[in-house]
Amino acid sequence: MDWVIFDYVLIWAVVIAIGIAMYVILDGFDLGIGILFPFAKQEAWRDDMMASIAPVWDGNETWLVLGGASLFGAFPIVYATVLPALYLPLMLFLLALVFRGIAFEFRHRSQTSTWAWNASFAAGSTIAAFAQGVVLGNFILGLPIEDGHYVGSTFSWLTPFSVFTGFALVCGYGLLGATWLIRKTEGDVQAWAFRVATRLAIALLAAIVAVSLWTPFVEPEIAERWFSFPKIIFLAPVPLVTAAVGLMLLLALKHRNEDRPFTLSISLFLLSYLGLGISLWPYIVPRSITIWEAAAPEKTHTFLLVGVLIFLPLVIGYTLYAYRVFRGKVSGDGYH
Amino acid sequence: MDLDPVILSRLQFAFTIGFHILFPSLTIGLAVFLTYVEARWLATGDTVWRDLYRFWVKIFALAFGMGVVTGIPMSFQFGTNWSEFSLNAGNVIGPLLGYEVLTAFFLEASFLGIMLFGWNRVGPRLHFVATLAVAVGTTLSAFWILSANSWMQTPQGYLINSDGVLEVESWWAVIFNPSFPYRLAHMLTATWLTTSFVIIAVSAWQVLKGRYRETALRALRTGVAAAAILAPLQAFIGDQHGLNTLKHQPIKVAAMEGNWEAGPSKPLLLFAWPDEAAEENHFEIGIPHGASLILTHSFDGEIPGLKDVGPEDRPPVALVFFSFRVMVGLGLLMIAAAWIAFAYRKSLASRPTLLRGLTFMGPAGFIATIAGWTVTEVGRQPWIVHGLLRVDESISPGVASESVMMSLMLFAIVYSLIFAAFLYFVARLVNAGPEPDADPPKADIPAMDAVQRA
Repeated sequence: MDWVIFDYVLIWAVVIAIGIAMYVILDGFDLGIGILFPFAKQEAWRDDMMASIAPVWDGNETWLVLGGASLFGAFPIVYATVLPALYLPLMLFLLALVFRGIAFEFRHRSQTSTWAWNASFAAGSTIAAFAQGVVLGNFILGLPIEDGHYVGSTFSWLTPFSVFTGFALVCGYGLLGATWLIRKTEGDVQAWAFRVATRLAIALLAAIVAVSLWTPFVEPEIAERWFSFPKIIFLAPVPLVTAAVGLMLLLALKHRNEDRPFTLSISLFLLSYLGLGISLWPYIVPRSITIWEAAAPEKTHTFLLVGVLIFLPLVIGYTLYAYRVFRGKVSGDGYH
Repeated sequence: MDLDPVILSRLQFAFTIGFHILFPSLTIGLAVFLTYVEARWLATGDTVWRDLYRFWVKIFALAFGMGVVTGIPMSFQFGTNWSEFSLNAGNVIGPLLGYEVLTAFFLEASFLGIMLFGWNRVGPRLHFVATLAVAVGTTLSAFWILSANSWMQTPQGYLINSDGVLEVESWWAVIFNPSFPYRLAHMLTATWLTTSFVIIAVSAWQVLKGRYRETALRALRTGVAAAAILAPLQAFIGDQHGLNTLKHQPIKVAAMEGNWEAGPSKPLLLFAWPDEAAEENHFEIGIPHGASLILTHSFDGEIPGLKDVGPEDRPPVALVFFSFRVMVGLGLLMIAAAWIAFAYRKSLASRPTLLRGLTFMGPAGFIATIAGWTVTEVGRQPWIVHGLLRVDESISPGVASESVMMSLMLFAIVYSLIFAAFLYFVARLVNAGPEPDADPPKADIPAMDAVQRA
């Protein structure tokens, strides 16, 4: 019954890939708001920025916990090798999320200490995004793992490439945050968001080009995946579509379209994510563990899959409902 | 510097989870209280209930935020700090946490937004549904996490594969492992009781200061009535839980009782100084036959002793022994306080000494909860999964002690900062009372009139 196990592993890889994509997009624009926070010109703008995500940020962040728990359950080997390997950046990330998350409640309650919670929110969001980018960079280039154990040193994760991907993700999340603001705000804040989004879009596109050129150069397996014949024919559309979406985004921003920049920015993220998946397939811990080697026993996969099939549609249903309740432009009403 | 990575990892886990549990202890109970209060408001239209809701939901939001931000690191620490445990037990524990996220976390997180910000966007009935969904979510979260914890205490339904990794044979047996029903009942009751005493303490203080009398007295009476039932109920559930532990983890019970030699007719030690090196107690003060009577319901019943196993298989005795006494002592104090307050429920407003005493009982539930967790978790040592995996073989081998030391210190600093801010903001909310900008009150009802009405 080998084919049955094969199926479950593949399904789980897809489920986790979707969970991570959901997290990156949903918490991405939340973190982006925090990244843009210090640059807002007035306190009233910051009030609007935070109000635009206050009702939904907690649900958005929950996708991260789903990703973590699913990895723990479905691919425990990955959970047990990648997390200790990236100990310090992950701890930095988790502590940054503490500062980011707590600012939602405390800033709203503060009278004289608003500046402190502004700083907590901005620094927490920016550091969390940067640390995620560092983790991403390490993931792309592979981790020093032998026999299922991390063999690198405490600071192996700190490389020029991972610092670069860290900054790139800060720009990317900033773009998601700015385009979300374009949707959710009006007037001065929106005009500012258009300007910021344009600059960040250019920065992100440049970063995507840089990573696309950098990785095949450093990792021959990635070069083989993209540039060998006949694969190049099937895969060429991915960078071409990405370029087209980037152009459409810049045009939409130029024409002050209120809705499309956000969906186009999300598309840009999804296309980069797809490209990443193509580069890394079939590894779940790049260059050392494939998804099949890492899979939990079938009994664990089926049990968890039943829960996913029943509850994930429900989750998506009431998440959509919650977004519907808070649709439209943000208007300073209704906090607590 | 000689740093033991096992001790550091244990300290970090104990600190982060002990800190985290304070907040669910309050939010699980407050969510039920808020559901009750909103239901009463919808049913009666009495604005006192609405004002109570709007007041307590602010404290709920602060505590919930603290619970969320301190909970996220927990879900990653199994991997970062306990990778050998994750490798060996991930097949069992991982899916339980997965179900917690799918059934509980999304539910509470999504409806929390509507609960806090949806007043002007959904009708009162839908708003009530949101509150109810959050209450259901918080309770379901307790269900899954206590199932996982209980399985680590009393594992069953597993098999060990050729690599020595634990796999699941029966999910039903894993989820409903022998200690789970007792631990779940004990913990849920603990959250309700803790919350009752927080409501009692805050309301007693407000009544004492002569503020917001109508809402404060309403909340005070509700809290007292709940505590009068829950406190003795908790003692009964705790006793049943203890009997279950005796059956499945006798050495833990021996540590709780400070009993070294197995045998019949054992005393209930009120105080003792356990000496692990000498394998005996100093300064024992006990009630003859007490332990035998409580644990076996017979004067000369057999009680397990710590010496039944070698020193390497025993938990740290003194910590378990004293934590148990703190928990039981506070439990008895809560029963006494709740019953005295209940006896005087009609005249509480005119009894400042009693009100002052009740104010001081505010932290009782939290301290008892932490003490209880110390008993059950430290009492499980040296095992991480009882009888199957040892704690010192479960940490992440690739992580340097210095890294754990650094993260532990950062957690301590960051958590202290946000805890101070949390207490400050809660104190300010309690001081400000129900919001003055709500709809104007119908009439200025004199306080004593309100007392008779309610």
